[in-house]
Amino acid sequence: MNADDSVVVIGAGQAGVQTAEALRTLGFAGGITMLGDEVHAPYHRPPLSKAWLAGEMDAAQLTMRTAEVLARKHITLRTGVKVSFIDRAAKQVRLTDGSSLPYTGLVLATGSTPRSLSLPGASAKGMLALRSRDDASAMAEHMAQCVEKQLGVVVIGGGFIGLEVAATARKKGLTVTVLEAAPRLLGRVLAPVLSDWVAALHRSHGAELVLNAQIAALEVDATGAVSGVRLSDGRVVPAGLVVVGIGVTANDQLAAAAGLECERGIVVDACGRSSDASIVAAGDCTARRMPDGSLVRLESVQNATEQGKSAAAALMGQARPFTATPWFWSDQFDKKLQMAGLSMGADRWAVRGDMAGDLATASFSVFHYRKGVLIAADSVNAGRDHLAVRKLLDAGLSPTPEQVADTACDLAALAKQ
Amino acid sequence: MANITYIESSGQTTTINLNDGWSLMQGATANGIDGIVGECGGSCACATCHCYVDEARLADLPAPSAGELDMLENVAAERRPNSRLACQIKATAALEGLIVHLPEMQE
Repeated sequence: MNADDSVVVIGAGQAGVQTAEALRTLGFAGGITMLGDEVHAPYHRPPLSKAWLAGEMDAAQLTMRTAEVLARKHITLRTGVKVSFIDRAAKQVRLTDGSSLPYTGLVLATGSTPRSLSLPGASAKGMLALRSRDDASAMAEHMAQCVEKQLGVVVIGGGFIGLEVAATARKKGLTVTVLEAAPRLLGRVLAPVLSDWVAALHRSHGAELVLNAQIAALEVDATGAVSGVRLSDGRVVPAGLVVVGIGVTANDQLAAAAGLECERGIVVDACGRSSDASIVAAGDCTARRMPDGSLVRLESVQNATEQGKSAAAALMGQARPFTATPWFWSDQFDKKLQMAGLSMGADRWAVRGDMAGDLATASFSVFHYRKGVLIAADSVNAGRDHLAVRKLLDAGLSPTPEQVADTACDLAALAKQ
Repeated sequence: MANITYIESSGQTTTINLNDGWSLMQGATANGIDGIVGECGGSCACATCHCYVDEARLADLPAPSAGELDMLENVAAERRPNSRLACQIKATAALEGLIVHLPEMQE
């Protein structure tokens, strides 16, 4: 692409910003217009469930890039704008206000939407999910009311978002009940022993956890506000706020309507390319086709930034595949969980460090093996292990379970071999 | 409040007046200083806000946490004795006039 060309970026989150800025780093001199459907300039999402929800930071601190900072890079930010249609034949993006924007290259960074409960009362007052800054602000307000009226918080879903919100709510002194449908927390990600450990952590901080929870109904009072959650055993857990954290779906509607290949997300290759050569996609909205043909959906900062860089390169005619080991993190109370690799299909686990000791001083990692090969590791307050595992997996190395369990064995040194 | 001076590897120098509680990473990204990335938003999880703190002022800063020391092992540029993560340094009056140098690369 050259200076006569123009790029439209749909989405002003982490992936959109990364792609736009990477285009400039790669020397693209044409116009870049970034369209955000929220009214806010791009902001950091990770603090929303933690410091922002806790009221420990202000809006300016949350901001990733102001419109002025983007303008200095000749990136035009338009906020509060919704796209209605992508006209691939005319290479135009149609906005809901009726106007159109032409593009030479189009970036889809449309993010994801929290799943909602399919139960009567799911849209009652006090039923909240967390995705955007406004969601988190509304949640903070409800939490303040719960503190004042001494009402409890129920969290539906024992995943990362749910548990981070639960931890923040406990720090505010609220009564917290986490309802998880599966037999353990974070069951799709963590090793069973670590799920048990995380459960013990939350219980030690005073949260109640209900595993194998079956929700029968939402209780809604005369004002239309949720007042509790009824379980299938008849128990009603009272609540002034119900947080729904049961996963997200990719925002692939625009892409699907435009005829792009979509399957649980916008299908892209390792370089961020969609099924249209002029259109790339990055971040939560994508489903990445792996070499074995499978599709991987990731929702993480690293995925947004890596795919953003790949997508920008692809528009510039360069192949920059995203092949790095996936990594994630989650902050709960004073613990930092750091995950490297994808643990699906693990059949054996090895623990490094002291997992059975005092929760307060815990620092350990759980390594996942599949058919004898290291595929992932989850670390708790053990960043050194986490970084070493990322390097090991990037290099295709697989130390034995005995090696990783031996704290005298230097993992970083193994990665350098 | 503290005036913090950021010197990028290109020599580009910017002084920013930071409110108490703002991290050096937040001050940099809010003002478009490209030498700081801060991908994770200040969660001490990505090591892309590496900076070199003026050695004479190191003692004015709270010591790095175990988590920060771990992440400093993963910085893209050379790690030096005065390497810190800008997201973990909060502005206070004690930091008035602090100079930080930014490395050539963050990732």
